[in-house]
Amino acid sequence: MERTLPPASVADEQTIVYPSPYKEFWKAFSHNKGAVGGLLFMLVIVTCALFAPWIAPYNPSEQYRDFLLTPPSWLEGGTTQFLLGTDELGRDLLSRLIHGARLSLLIGLASVVCSLIPGILLGLIAGFSPTRLGPFIMRLMDIMLALPSLLLAVAIVAILGPGLANTVIAIAIVSLPSYVRLTRAAVMGEITRDYVTASRLAGAGMLRLMFITVLPNCMAPLIVQATLSFSSAILDAAALGFLGLGVQPPTPEWGTMLASARDYIERAWWVVTLPGLTILLSVLAINLMGDGLRDALDPRLKVQS
Amino acid sequence: MSLLEIQNLNVRFGGNDAIPVVEGLDLTVDQGEVLAIVGESGSGKSVTMMAVMGLIDAPGHVTANRLAFAGQDLLKLKGRARRRLIGKDLSMVFQDPMTALNPSYTVGYQIEEVVKQHLGLRGRAARLRALELLERVEIPGAASRLSAYPHQLSGGMSQRVAIAMAIAAEPKLLIADEPTTALDVTIQAQIMELLLNLQKDEGMALILITHDLAVVAETAQRVCVMYAGQAVETGKVPNIFQAPKHPYTEALLAAIPEHSLGARLSTLPGIVPGRYDRPSGCLLSPRCPYAQPRCLERPALEPYRQDTVEGAVRCFFPRNLNPEKWPQVLPESQRPSHLPGETHGRA
Amino acid sequence: MFSFIARRLGLLIPTFFGVTLLTFSLIRLIPGDPVEVMMGERRVDPQMHAEALHRLGLDKPLYQQYFDYLGNLAHGNLGQSLVTRDNVWHEFTTLFPATMELALCAMIFATVLGLLAGVIAALKRGSLLDHGVMGISLTGFSMPIFWWGLILIMFFSVRLGWTPVSGRLDLLYDIEPKTGFMLIDTLLSDEEGAFVDALHHLILPSIVLGTIPLAVIARMTRSAMLEVLREDYVRTARAKGLSPARVVFVHALRNALIPVLTVLGLQVGSLLAGAVLTETIFSWPGVGKWLIDAIARRDYPVVQNGILLIATLVIIVNFVVDILYGLANPRIRHQR
Repeated sequence: MERTLPPASVADEQTIVYPSPYKEFWKAFSHNKGAVGGLLFMLVIVTCALFAPWIAPYNPSEQYRDFLLTPPSWLEGGTTQFLLGTDELGRDLLSRLIHGARLSLLIGLASVVCSLIPGILLGLIAGFSPTRLGPFIMRLMDIMLALPSLLLAVAIVAILGPGLANTVIAIAIVSLPSYVRLTRAAVMGEITRDYVTASRLAGAGMLRLMFITVLPNCMAPLIVQATLSFSSAILDAAALGFLGLGVQPPTPEWGTMLASARDYIERAWWVVTLPGLTILLSVLAINLMGDGLRDALDPRLKVQS
Repeated sequence: MSLLEIQNLNVRFGGNDAIPVVEGLDLTVDQGEVLAIVGESGSGKSVTMMAVMGLIDAPGHVTANRLAFAGQDLLKLKGRARRRLIGKDLSMVFQDPMTALNPSYTVGYQIEEVVKQHLGLRGRAARLRALELLERVEIPGAASRLSAYPHQLSGGMSQRVAIAMAIAAEPKLLIADEPTTALDVTIQAQIMELLLNLQKDEGMALILITHDLAVVAETAQRVCVMYAGQAVETGKVPNIFQAPKHPYTEALLAAIPEHSLGARLSTLPGIVPGRYDRPSGCLLSPRCPYAQPRCLERPALEPYRQDTVEGAVRCFFPRNLNPEKWPQVLPESQRPSHLPGETHGRA
Repeated sequence: MFSFIARRLGLLIPTFFGVTLLTFSLIRLIPGDPVEVMMGERRVDPQMHAEALHRLGLDKPLYQQYFDYLGNLAHGNLGQSLVTRDNVWHEFTTLFPATMELALCAMIFATVLGLLAGVIAALKRGSLLDHGVMGISLTGFSMPIFWWGLILIMFFSVRLGWTPVSGRLDLLYDIEPKTGFMLIDTLLSDEEGAFVDALHHLILPSIVLGTIPLAVIARMTRSAMLEVLREDYVRTARAKGLSPARVVFVHALRNALIPVLTVLGLQVGSLLAGAVLTETIFSWPGVGKWLIDAIARRDYPVVQNGILLIATLVIIVNFVVDILYGLANPRIRHQR
């Protein structure tokens, strides 16, 4: 009964193939069922937004005076002509919701871009100048954080007046502090690392240090924050619309649609329910994606809520 | 009757088919006895004691033919009845005193909690008892320490507090799980001395989990050596040091610096098998210099008697016992090997 | 502890001045003629315009104007509403108890339920219950609460008729405002059934306003509990033979509360923002609705100093939370 050990070199000969970071990320992300569900729903919404004029059965502003407050097609009194029914002016609800996706995504995207870029810049400056500019910037951000975000947005719109562009500006300003704080915290964490010192010793200039050396290592929490602020941008925009301070009617914005639907709460539940449900589902989908992103990008962030 | 009786204790994390973390463990502790449990990290020492204390949570589960304390079957005691025992007659001191105390409560509160729970003392009486306990564990300025928070204490001080908590209800058995590992070397001896003094004064039994064999030699009456979740050898203290029976015990003793004066410190090659690479036979066989073909089977813990020396060993070919029956030591290439995957499953 | 409070105060004061700077500039950034904006008067003749400019101090240099503004604030002079001609401070203090009552009820609802849900989810980690609680709380977190309010009104008030649609109290009752808190005032009065009616009015708004904090607290409690339950001191507590309830609530939850408390403090700000929406939906006569109405009416003195008052409130609440945080966490309290 003689047996020999398997050749010891087996393990050494295996060349380890490292999966590409994208593949690895996707593996972790797709493991989270909620996140994938959120992604699929968002794909539907994005498709609706991109191809709204072709997908929507009607013009969102076209009023069908013979069909005021028609219930959805599956209810008594509904017609297949208007799948989700019509509103108080006889406009097709489905078409308005589809066109509303355009606005919500536009507001979300625009406000994220408008706050992400200055936020990162200010955060980098604050992180790289911890004695002079840094405290000043952070103090400013603290002041902005002292006001609840929606209230600050309301205040800004009160100055600028309601409208699409002002909604974007208000929301962008409101979400600025979290980017600045996050970037600064990440920069402060990275700046003492040896690789930064090495790069500095190698003669890298300030700009190179900021954008090429340090920034890429701070991206994970920023991406997660961008997702979360995208969803809160949609919520805040809808809230402003609901208060009559956002996008003005007859533009089919989800929050604005709700504001005018309030009066029909007793007669036409669909006018009230459907726009809100669309907001809820979109925001939920983005938040689910955000959770998935956070878990996939940075396990250390998991504990935070 | 022994104070603590353990027969065929198994602890698994997962279903019944999961690999046991503690496997077929037999152990007894008598009243007033000091028993040392020795083994490498991950050998199941702490898990065994957690099972005795009833601190194993799902998905972990504990089975045993007998797990009895002072004649009471611990596995049959549920909930409240078991808790009446734990912390009172049966208590435990943990490894890291800096994390074992709740940071939100004062030292006094945490000691009084035990006093209130198990002795039924209230108010001033409880406070006085807590003070008495702090003096018992030789904390200077005990009265002022009652209102201190754990983060204001040093490691040694915290461990004294933890010991005070453990002896608060005068236990019959104290389990000390590596009570000095996390402490500074200078403090270690003090804490060990304190524990032994308390053990003598209170007449309680003490289970000392450690991997410091020098401490064992000085303090314990009996030793249980564990390897990979199994007890591989039990025996009385001077004997086990003079004539270890299990190859693993022998290797442990050879690794004590004092035993190899001048010579190169002996080490055992390889590591303790993990959950997924347990050999099918004797668990030590892949690392054992004396392995024989028979070692592909799993040995049982067999009691032996040699003159006046009693003990038990889990080996087909025990050292220092019937050497005439010993087969020839095989060169490394001829030692039995397990099928690849069984031994070194790269899970 | 004293130095801890002093340090926090040192952070608070510059923040407060920053906010005054913000509200000071707010009114000057509004496009249009400042006199028109401030006085709400249109097409005044040039002489009166100049007089008004002088009277309002708008002809002075900006820094002087700012100091005047601060001086006015220091004297408690927050200006007059253009619409009601009432003192802004007086309006605020009259309306604030309503908001505070609503916010407190919402917070109690959110805290009690959120802690409970979070603790249960953590204890039953990985179970269906845990997934359910987490799913619901993420939904709550994503909730557009103005819509949520409408849905609840539609179902409970319109369809079932269980709760009133709006307001704080039925018109049947005539309650003399003593404390401004309807629950207390109705108890003090001898009107029968008024207290129950006030309570009925509070239920839906509290749920609506409490939904997001509830979700946040539940999520935070769960993750903090999971963290704490792994700690050695929880094992120590169990090894003492303490009851599971004592281990969970006295030893684990006490430590898990520390991060939850911080989140709770941060929620106060968004609670006031949420109050703006909730009060609008339920016609709740509080400062949120007051502010929105003022914006709609271009009542700028109210907008300006209403925002200042609310922001100051948030700053103070955050300060209190910081102090409480120090009390809950001995390690912070003893930091020097």
